[in-house]
Amino acid sequence: MILASWLLDALLAALLLWLAWRLLASPDLFKAVVLFIVFGLLMALAWARLAAPDLALAEAAIGAGLTGALLLDAVGHLQRGRRHPGDAP
Amino acid sequence: MTAPALRTSALLRIVTRVAVTLLAVALATAMLDLPSPTTSLAQIVQQHLGDSGVRHPVTAVLLNFRAYDTLLEIAVLLLAVLGGLALRLAAGDSPMPAAASASPVLAGLVHLLVPLIVLLAGYLLWAGAHRPGGAFQAGAVLAAAGVLLRLAGRWTPLLPPSALARGGLLIGFIVFLTVALSALLTGGVLLEYPRTWASELILLIEAVLSVSIGLMLLSLFSGATTPGRR
Repeated sequence: MILASWLLDALLAALLLWLAWRLLASPDLFKAVVLFIVFGLLMALAWARLAAPDLALAEAAIGAGLTGALLLDAVGHLQRGRRHPGDAP
Repeated sequence: MTAPALRTSALLRIVTRVAVTLLAVALATAMLDLPSPTTSLAQIVQQHLGDSGVRHPVTAVLLNFRAYDTLLEIAVLLLAVLGGLALRLAAGDSPMPAAASASPVLAGLVHLLVPLIVLLAGYLLWAGAHRPGGAFQAGAVLAAAGVLLRLAGRWTPLLPPSALARGGLLIGFIVFLTVALSALLTGGVLLEYPRTWASELILLIEAVLSVSIGLMLLSLFSGATTPGRR
């Protein structure tokens, strides 16, 4: 049981670091945003593992949910702007 | 790119890497060298939890022991929203076209999800007194419902903000400040709740704060200009 929880924590930490690297290095903005949302959800899981459920709730709602929606919106704007360069004055 | 420029950027990259590595090592050693605190804040909070009016230590700290910080946080958030609104009004934004409303699946999902989300926000608000939850979480969940409605094209909130929406944005800060100042006027110190009313006052503040925080986050989200209208 202790080994299993230790393995889970190690996997979570490694996954977080890997996701952080991938989302920073990704040239595709949409992919980076999706990775960021996954990162936020796993971060919430990490907070829950650290016995901080308040932070986990806030991270899931604000960090992954709202920030992810905002970033997706921004990527949509950027791509639409790129597709019709003549639209914006 | 010319060869000297390429060489400079490669050199710059190496220098940056060395500097970042040194900084990381320095920060790590500083963290490891920190002396362990002599007083345990967690113990002090646990000892005085009975006086706070709530049974959850995090809520007790946020809304009672360190309520001053929360009050200022709300003020800062309100200022950010005011800035966002001012920028959007200057840009001459208009409501988002209801493009996504054609899909019946999306409409059905929104019908199912939004009442559930509002219920969950109410639960989180109520749960804040004795377990993880509270105004910020409830507000964020409410804002998520608003974002969903806006993305589905069912509602174009706060474009431009009506008098009701402006009131909703302000009410959390106003009520919080009124409670804080009334303690001052009745001879106490700022934000000192009367013992017998502490839990009711905290619930009232949290309820209005959830509404305000939800509207604030939502207005920051819908404050983004619509494509092609910048």
